Amino acid sequence: MPLDRRKFLNLLLGFGGIGGILAVFYPIISFLIPPRSAEPVVNSVKAGLNAEFPANSSKIIKFGRQPVILIKTEDNQLKALSASCTHLDCIVQYRNDTKQILCACHNGIYDLSGRNISGPPPRPLEEYQVKVIKDEIVITKAG
Amino acid sequence: MERGSSRILIWVLTVSFLTGAALYGQTKNKNIQNPQQDRCYTCHKEIDNMPVDFSDNDVHRHANLACSSCHGGDPNSDDQEIAMSPGNGFIGIPKHKDIPKFCGKCHSDIEYMRAFQPSIATDQMTQYYTSAHGKKLIAGDENVAECASCHTAHSIMPVKDPRSTVYKLNIPGTCNKCHGNSDLMKKYNLSNNMLEEYSKSVHGIALLKNKDLGAPACNDCHGNHGAMPPGITSVSHVCGTCHASNMEYFNTTRMARAFEEQDFHGCEQCHGNHAIEKTTDEMIGTGEESLCVNCHSSGDAGYIVANKIKNSITDLKTRFEAATNKYKEVKQKGMNDVEIGFLLQDAKQDLIQSRTMIHTFDSLKVEERTRNGIQILSKASVLADKEIDEYYTRRTGFAAATAAILIFAVALYFKIKDREKKKSTR
Amino acid sequence: MIKNIGSKLIYWIDERYDLTPVRNLLEHKKVPAHRHSVWYYMGGVTLFLFLVQLLTGILLLLYYRPGEESAYESVRFIVTEVKFGWLIRNVHSWSANLLVLFAFIHMFSVFFTKAYEKPRELTWITGFIILILTLAFGFSGYLLPWNELAYFATKVGTDIVGVVPIIGEPLKIFLRGGDEVTGATLSRFFGIHVAILPAIFSVLLGLHLLFIQRQGMHEPAHFKNLPEEKKKYISFFPDFALKDLLLWVVVFNILIFLALYFPWELGNKADAFASAPEGIKPEWYFMFMFQSLKLLPAHILFFEGELLGVLFFGIAGFVWMLVPYMKVKHRTNWKIQPLTIIGILIAAFIVIMTAIGYLL
Repeated sequence: MPLDRRKFLNLLLGFGGIGGILAVFYPIISFLIPPRSAEPVVNSVKAGLNAEFPANSSKIIKFGRQPVILIKTEDNQLKALSASCTHLDCIVQYRNDTKQILCACHNGIYDLSGRNISGPPPRPLEEYQVKVIKDEIVITKAG
Repeated sequence: MERGSSRILIWVLTVSFLTGAALYGQTKNKNIQNPQQDRCYTCHKEIDNMPVDFSDNDVHRHANLACSSCHGGDPNSDDQEIAMSPGNGFIGIPKHKDIPKFCGKCHSDIEYMRAFQPSIATDQMTQYYTSAHGKKLIAGDENVAECASCHTAHSIMPVKDPRSTVYKLNIPGTCNKCHGNSDLMKKYNLSNNMLEEYSKSVHGIALLKNKDLGAPACNDCHGNHGAMPPGITSVSHVCGTCHASNMEYFNTTRMARAFEEQDFHGCEQCHGNHAIEKTTDEMIGTGEESLCVNCHSSGDAGYIVANKIKNSITDLKTRFEAATNKYKEVKQKGMNDVEIGFLLQDAKQDLIQSRTMIHTFDSLKVEERTRNGIQILSKASVLADKEIDEYYTRRTGFAAATAAILIFAVALYFKIKDREKKKSTR
Repeated sequence: MIKNIGSKLIYWIDERYDLTPVRNLLEHKKVPAHRHSVWYYMGGVTLFLFLVQLLTGILLLLYYRPGEESAYESVRFIVTEVKFGWLIRNVHSWSANLLVLFAFIHMFSVFFTKAYEKPRELTWITGFIILILTLAFGFSGYLLPWNELAYFATKVGTDIVGVVPIIGEPLKIFLRGGDEVTGATLSRFFGIHVAILPAIFSVLLGLHLLFIQRQGMHEPAHFKNLPEEKKKYISFFPDFALKDLLLWVVVFNILIFLALYFPWELGNKADAFASAPEGIKPEWYFMFMFQSLKLLPAHILFFEGELLGVLFFGIAGFVWMLVPYMKVKHRTNWKIQPLTIIGILIAAFIVIMTAIGYLL
């Protein structure tokens, strides 16, 4: 009988011990594996294929916490600008008829290089750099 | 009215041209390189008889113009008799009613002004004579504002200079010098509390308190040199320069026509003018602060629409607030909030747009927007709940770990007990 | 088979390095058994928590980035994106707090059992310095997430240093790396937290443990008068060690329980130009000092109240460190010895001041 008890206790000890070690090492190993987005501060963002992005159109890209408006002009130039209006933070839009950037909130108008040309916006839109690498559009913070 | 104003215009132009031409040869281009050698300046300084508002920062002094450039006379002579003789073109202090022409002799001459600034406007005087101020001045009114009333006489600075009386932030105060004077305003049947009202308005707070230079000052609605109260059709144009979508929506509605028939003033009817306040959602609907019920009463179509619109907006707003609170909680808890933040930003656009859509007075159009916003918000809300849940329910793993550790601990405990027992029996 | 390899390995080492001293220690080290034996475990728990700090700290270092622009973001990244990052960070925070708590308990238990007396003076002194270093660890580590609370707590904390005459102001500027709490302070605190303090700490901790192993466990006063056969001991290895292990396992489980159910919020990023949020409080282990300074009148005689307070705590700490050299007459007719009374008063002062700090 005491022999059985000893064996049983040893078994439990082994089980619990291995379980406990797992409980320590599983989180640690998981922690060590690099997460999907490898960096805490976003410095560049991929914005899809250049070929699939029609001329004279725009889209809003999420750059970390900051919305960025990516515009392809009629002559196929790519521009990326902060999409928050410098007046009261509304999201701006590209007008493909007037070729301007419009903030609908108070009719603020920016030109395609982000300069505030009419309406209440006090400052130009911040510019981002756009590169095309193997047909993939990559937006980075202007250095 | 059309014909009347153009006739005045022609008259004004003729007069100003003639006077301008007469004075041109005498006083123009008498700018001198070193103002310190200007006898007018040195003598007046010596006898302490400078104009009260004189400033060395005056834009004309910076352009090397001398006293005599405007006032005439001979700046090279020490002799007062010679320097200030009408024969030498001395004008002295111009009469109140002559000031626009006095300034206009240069400022309306593009050939001359171009030398200082290639793209400068030269229509200020012409505009002025079309304004209420200008018309009254011609009619012999001694009280109305002329150039110097706003720009000062001897400390004139460019609009962009923060020290200037016509710098954006200073404009309300400058206009108020006359328009805040109750005795003066009484003569014209005008109120004198515009600045007070404006300061409390959404525009006044934005400009004067938050120093938002994008916000309109007096002149942005009333014009500057052509100042006059906006007429009935122009008021929505004035508001529409910034609030473009609101104007666009409003102008296509039946409401706009009805307003016109009733002689109501477009935007102003609901929003007021100088005291225009930040809009609230209470202004729509049929509640106590509602503006719709001023014309619509229980049972009519407008009353029903007002209620519908109000409900859509309120629904979106309360959901937006609820989602924002969840977002804050997620953020505080250090969970992943980036995606929720973006969704909220999108929903906020919908909230703004649906509030703009009110001006279509079409409950379906408003609802279309709010429904879109609500969809986005429910997505955000689900995400937030997931994050908050995840925060509280990382427990399964913990339970497993605890179980293992507990087994180990209990086994260890009995092991220790066993050893102690063995020892004591030995 | 495993046993075989193990004994072969030990033999291999023994052959080269002679493990006799270690073996002697393990065989002969014993722990007195009496009704106050429970206090013997406090040092062990403190040591365990320190090891947890060491491990989780190293892990956090893999992702943490000091700097005004990246510190808060990287901590947010750790708790949101990195798998189990929330756990590691929260265990690190909780373990830090428990470490301070157990260090205090350990210190007071040593004080009340008079374990610091000759020949263990140096163990006490190294222990006291280790406690101060632990507090410095806590203070410097608190700023690293660069959130609002930490920012302002650091501002207030370093301000207090500034009131010390002559050296206070230069010391404050030295700590902050400038006139204000800025990104420079953050870099400095980071360096202090992960390099300078660990280096000094390990040396002192090594000495502290070495002294204990050389001298063995302290026996309480009444043991001296007992006949040899009545003195009870348990062997350190394996009996005491197994109990230690059991306690460590339990503490570990409590630790992850706290980390899961009572996580430390990250809060908002520090903003030097924001007004201080309400209820800025130092960490609880500084609360008694903070509260006492707050309760002092602005002026005592010709001196600033705060200055006197800071000087008082400085001197009191120094005296406390030198307690082993203090000769206080043993009074046989006293029920409680004078030093014990002083100890109780100090402990009560700390508890009451901390309570006032949180309740008021």
